[in-house]
Amino acid sequence: MDQHYEENYDVCVVGAGHAGCEAALACARRGLETIIFTVSIEAIAFMACNPNIGGSSKGHLVREVDALGGEMGKVIDKTFIQSKMLNTSKGPAVHSLRKQADKAEYSKAMRLVLENQEHLTIRQGEVCELLIEGEDHHIVGVSSYTGTIYRAKAVILCTGVYLNARCLTGSAITNTGPNGLMAANHLSDSMLKAGITLNRFKTGTPARMDGRTLDYSKMIPQPGDERVVPFSFSTDPETVQIEQVPCYLTYTNEETHRIIRENLDRSPLYGGIIEGTGPRYCPSIEDKVVRFPDHERHQLFIEPEGLYTHEMYVDGMSSSMPEDVQIAMYRTVPGLENCKIVRNAYAIEYDCIDAGQLRLSLEFKEIPGLFAAGQINGSSGYEEAAAQGIMAGINAANKIFGKDPLILDRSEAYIGVLIDDLITKENHEPYRMMTSRAEYRLFLRQDNADLRLMEYGFANGLISEEQISGLRTRREQIKQEILRLKNLYLAPSDRLNEILSSLGSDPVKNGISFASLLTRPGLTYSSLSSLDPSPSHLSERVIEQVEIELKYSGYIERQKKQVEAFKHLEKKRIPEDIDYNLVSGLRLEARQHLIRQRPENLGQAGRIAGVNPADVNVLHVYLMKRYKAQ
Amino acid sequence: MNNTLKDTIAAISTGPVEAGIGIVRISGSDALKIGKEMFLPAKKIDIFVPRHAYLGKLQDNGSYLDEALFTFFPGPKSYTGEDTVELSCHGGSYLLQRVLETVLKSGARLAEPGEFTRRAFFNGRLELDQAEAVADLIGASNEAALKLSLSQLDGRLSDRIKKLREEILKETAYIEAALDDPEHIDLQGYSDILYIKLSELKDQLQKLIDGFQQGRLLKEGIRTVIAGRPNVGKSSLLNALAGMDRAIVSPYPGTTRDTLEELIRLGSFTLRMVDTAGIRNTSDPVESLGVDRAKKEMEKADLAFLVLDAVSGFTKEDEEILKSLSGMKKIIIWNKTDLAEAPIEPEGISISAKTGKNMEQITKNVSDIIFDQKLILSDASIILTNLRHKEAVSEALLALDQVCLTIQNGMPEDLYLPDLLNAYGALGKISGEQVGDDLINKIFSDFCMGK
Repeated sequence: MDQHYEENYDVCVVGAGHAGCEAALACARRGLETIIFTVSIEAIAFMACNPNIGGSSKGHLVREVDALGGEMGKVIDKTFIQSKMLNTSKGPAVHSLRKQADKAEYSKAMRLVLENQEHLTIRQGEVCELLIEGEDHHIVGVSSYTGTIYRAKAVILCTGVYLNARCLTGSAITNTGPNGLMAANHLSDSMLKAGITLNRFKTGTPARMDGRTLDYSKMIPQPGDERVVPFSFSTDPETVQIEQVPCYLTYTNEETHRIIRENLDRSPLYGGIIEGTGPRYCPSIEDKVVRFPDHERHQLFIEPEGLYTHEMYVDGMSSSMPEDVQIAMYRTVPGLENCKIVRNAYAIEYDCIDAGQLRLSLEFKEIPGLFAAGQINGSSGYEEAAAQGIMAGINAANKIFGKDPLILDRSEAYIGVLIDDLITKENHEPYRMMTSRAEYRLFLRQDNADLRLMEYGFANGLISEEQISGLRTRREQIKQEILRLKNLYLAPSDRLNEILSSLGSDPVKNGISFASLLTRPGLTYSSLSSLDPSPSHLSERVIEQVEIELKYSGYIERQKKQVEAFKHLEKKRIPEDIDYNLVSGLRLEARQHLIRQRPENLGQAGRIAGVNPADVNVLHVYLMKRYKAQ
Repeated sequence: MNNTLKDTIAAISTGPVEAGIGIVRISGSDALKIGKEMFLPAKKIDIFVPRHAYLGKLQDNGSYLDEALFTFFPGPKSYTGEDTVELSCHGGSYLLQRVLETVLKSGARLAEPGEFTRRAFFNGRLELDQAEAVADLIGASNEAALKLSLSQLDGRLSDRIKKLREEILKETAYIEAALDDPEHIDLQGYSDILYIKLSELKDQLQKLIDGFQQGRLLKEGIRTVIAGRPNVGKSSLLNALAGMDRAIVSPYPGTTRDTLEELIRLGSFTLRMVDTAGIRNTSDPVESLGVDRAKKEMEKADLAFLVLDAVSGFTKEDEEILKSLSGMKKIIIWNKTDLAEAPIEPEGISISAKTGKNMEQITKNVSDIIFDQKLILSDASIILTNLRHKEAVSEALLALDQVCLTIQNGMPEDLYLPDLLNAYGALGKISGEQVGDDLINKIFSDFCMGK
C-alpha cells in the first residue's frame, strides 16, 4: 500500500455487534478517541438469532454489564415487548430476567447511543489487516479493505461470526455472515500471519415465519409477567410497565421427526459438509432428533421479532436442512400447517480463536495492545458477547492509561466465570453461560450485581458520582438493617405465637430474634412486619437484600468460607517470566500444560486440565522460594 | 482442593513399621483444643507448658484408648510453625489408627502427603535451599499416594463408588438442567423423590462406614477378654475355642506390654484374646495386680465373654463382675451345662467347654453382637480398609445429610446443589477423580437443552 490515507485513534474496535458496542462505549466514555467498524451501519447491535435478551444466567450477565456501566440493559429496557422473571419458584440466586426484544428497535436504539457518544466514530467497512510492529510484536492499528490505515494504541477484535463465515441451507452455501450480510474474508489470514491459532465453530438459527400464516389457536399463549422488572439499575421501574405481547408454545411430533430422519443424508451437518463444532446447548432440530431418539416431541416457542413486523421466530427448531425439507418439517407442527417462511433456517460456520491465547484481561499474550471479545473468543450469545465487550473495552482503556487491568474472578461475577472458562478450559464448542458453571452462585445473584460490581464501574469511569453515592447509601442501609434485625429480640408472647401460627409457623417458647424468624420457611420480611415495633422505611431493593442475606445466611456463610479458600490461591500471582522447566517436582504432563497455557495465578493453574492439586503445591513452593530469594 | 486452608490437620507421623512408640501429630489452630478434648491427664493440669510431655490417658467419648504422652508445641516454634500437639502412644498400628480417627472425629482433617513439611516451608520453618527437596517430596508422595490409593482400591469398591457418584451426578444434573432451562424441565414434586433417593444413598454410605469398623475388626481381630470368677472354666473355654480351629493358634507377644495375646480363628473372623496368661494363672498370689491389669484390658476390649458356672449358679461375685462389664459388648456364657441346667437369669448361652456342647453358638453370637447382626461379609465383601477412603465416605454422607436438612427446611432446590456436589467431590477422592466438567457433560448428555 504505497498511497493511502491514514487516521489516528486511541482505540480501534473491529465489529459493532453486542461485544463491539460495549467495548467502544467503554473506551469513548473515558475520553479515548475510538473508531468502531461495521460491515453495515444497519447491522449495529443486530440480533442475528433469537429475539430476546437475558434468560437463565444470561440475565445475570446483563445485570453485571449494567453495574459496570454498560449499555445492553438500558437499551433492552427501552425496546422490550415482553418481560419474564424466570425461576421465581426457586432460590434468589437463580432468578433470571429475560425480555423479548423488538429487534429493529433494539438495533436502532443502540445505534443512536453510539452515534451520540462523544469521541466515538462509526465507520462502515471491512478491516482486513492487523498492523503489528516492534520486537514485542505490539499492535499499532489496522488497515481496511479500501486501503486506509487506522493507527491506534489498542485494537479490540469483536468480529462475531463474520470471520470467513459461510451459511448453509442444505447444499445451498453462501460465503456470507448472518442474514446475508458480508463476511470478513481477509482478516483471518492476517491473524494467522500474526501467529494467532484459529478454530472453526458452527452455530445455527431457525426459520422466521410470516405470522399471518400461523394458527395461534393451536398453540398455548405465553404472556409476560404482570409486574415488569427492569434490567438496568438505572431504569425507573414505573417506565417499563408497558403493554406486552405474548409468545406461543407448540411442539414437534413424530411426523416432524420422521421427516428429519428420512432426510438426514441431505443435512450438511450429517452429510459431512459442516466442519465446525456446534453447541450442545441450542442444538439444531436434527441434532435433537438424532441425540434424543426417545423424545416424542420437542418444545417450540413462537416469538415475535418485533412490533412492526409479522415475522415470527421459531425458537427450538434451528436447522440447516434443505429448503424443501424445512418447509415440510415446519408444516407438521400444530399451528404451522400453512406457514410461509420469510427467512430460511441456516447453519453458519466461522473462524474463532483459541481463547487460551488471551490473558484474563482479554489481551493477546503475544500481541500487546490487541484484545478480543465476543463470539470470536468461542462464546455464543448476545449477553456473553456484551460482557466480554465491556471488559475488553475497560482493559484496553486501562492499558492506554497505564492502569492495571480489571479482572473479575469467579467469586465476583458470572463475567469472571465466563472469561476464566473461555481462557483456562479447553473449549470445543460455542460456550454458553450456564448457572451450573458458577460455583459461587449464591453470591452471584442478579439482584446484587450492583453491590458486587458498581464500584468497579465507578473506578473505571463508567458509573456516575450520583449512581455510586446511591449505591453506597443502599449498602450502608442494608448493613444497618441486618444488624438491627439481628438484635431485635421478640419476647415470647401469645400475640407473637398467634401471628406465627397464622403464618403456619411453629410457636416459640423463648425469645427469638427477628433475624432468626426470617430463616424459617415461609416467613418473610413483610409477613413479619407487624412484629417490628419500629420498622425502618426502606426501599424495596434494600429490603430484598436484607431478606436474602438473612434468610439464606447459613448457606451464604458456608459459601463465604469456600470463597476465602478460593481467593487464597487466586491472589498468588505467577510471574510472567517463570520457566516451568526449572520447577523441580512438577509432573511432565502438568509442566507441558503450564508451558502452553501460562496461567496468571495459582488458582487458574489449578483449573487447567492435567494440572492436579499436588502440582499446584509444587508450584506454590517454587514461587515462595523465588519470592523469598528476591 | 483444600491445601491452602488454615485448617487443622493430623496424621500418624511415625513410619508404618510396628515400633515401640507411635506419634499422632496434630497441627493447626485447633490442635490444642482437639488434643485436650481427648486427653485425660494423670495429674490435674491448668496450663500445658510448651514442649513439656504430660502423662495421661487418651479417650474417645469416654472410652479408653491408650496411655500416652501429650506434648504441646505452640506456633511459630514448632515443626510446622503452627500450634502442634503430639500424642506419643504405645504403638501398634491398630491403636494409632484409633487415636487418629478420634482426632479426625474432633474436627481435624487427615493431612495430605507431605502437608506437614509443606506447611513448615510456608511458615518459614525450613531453609530456602530445602524448597526443592520439599517440592520433590510433595511430588513424590503425590505419585506414591496415587499409586497406593489405586492399588488399595478394590475393584468392587471402586465400582460401588462409581455407581454412587453416578447417582449423585444424575440428580445434580437434573436440578441444574431445570434451573438452566426452566421452561423445559419442571421441579414440581421433585424434592420428595430426591429425599427418598438420598435416604437410600445415605444407607449405602453408612454401610460402607460400618464396614470400615467391621473390616478393621476382621483384619486386626476382635479384642476379647474372658471374665469370670476362678474355676468357672475360663481356661477350658479358651482351649475349647482354640480347639475349634487349629489352623491359627499362636502365642503373640503384645507390642508394648508383657501381655500375651492369642489369636483364635472363629469361623470367618479372629478373636484376639487378651491377657489370657493372666486369666489362666488364676492362682497368681499377687491377685490385686492381676485384677488391675485385667480391668485395664477390659476397658480396651471390643468384646467380653462373661463365663458363669451353671453348677454354682449366679453368685454375688458374678453380679459384681457383670456390673463391671456394663457398657461393653458382651456375651454371657453358662459353662458346665453338661452337669447342671443353666439358670434363666441372666440369659446366656448354655455350653460345655468340656464336652464341646453348643460351642458353635458362641461363633454366631459373636457375629451378631459385634457386627450388629449385619455382618457385611455377606455383602459381596465391599470393605473399606483405608482411613482416607473412609474419611471421604464420611464427608459424602455428611454432605447428603445437609441436603436432606435443606429439603426438610423447605429451602429452594438450587440450595441442594452445593452439598450434592460436595458429596460427589468427596467420593471422587477415593478414585482420585476431580470434578472438572462432569456436571456440564452430564447435563448435555441427559437433557435436550436450550430453545
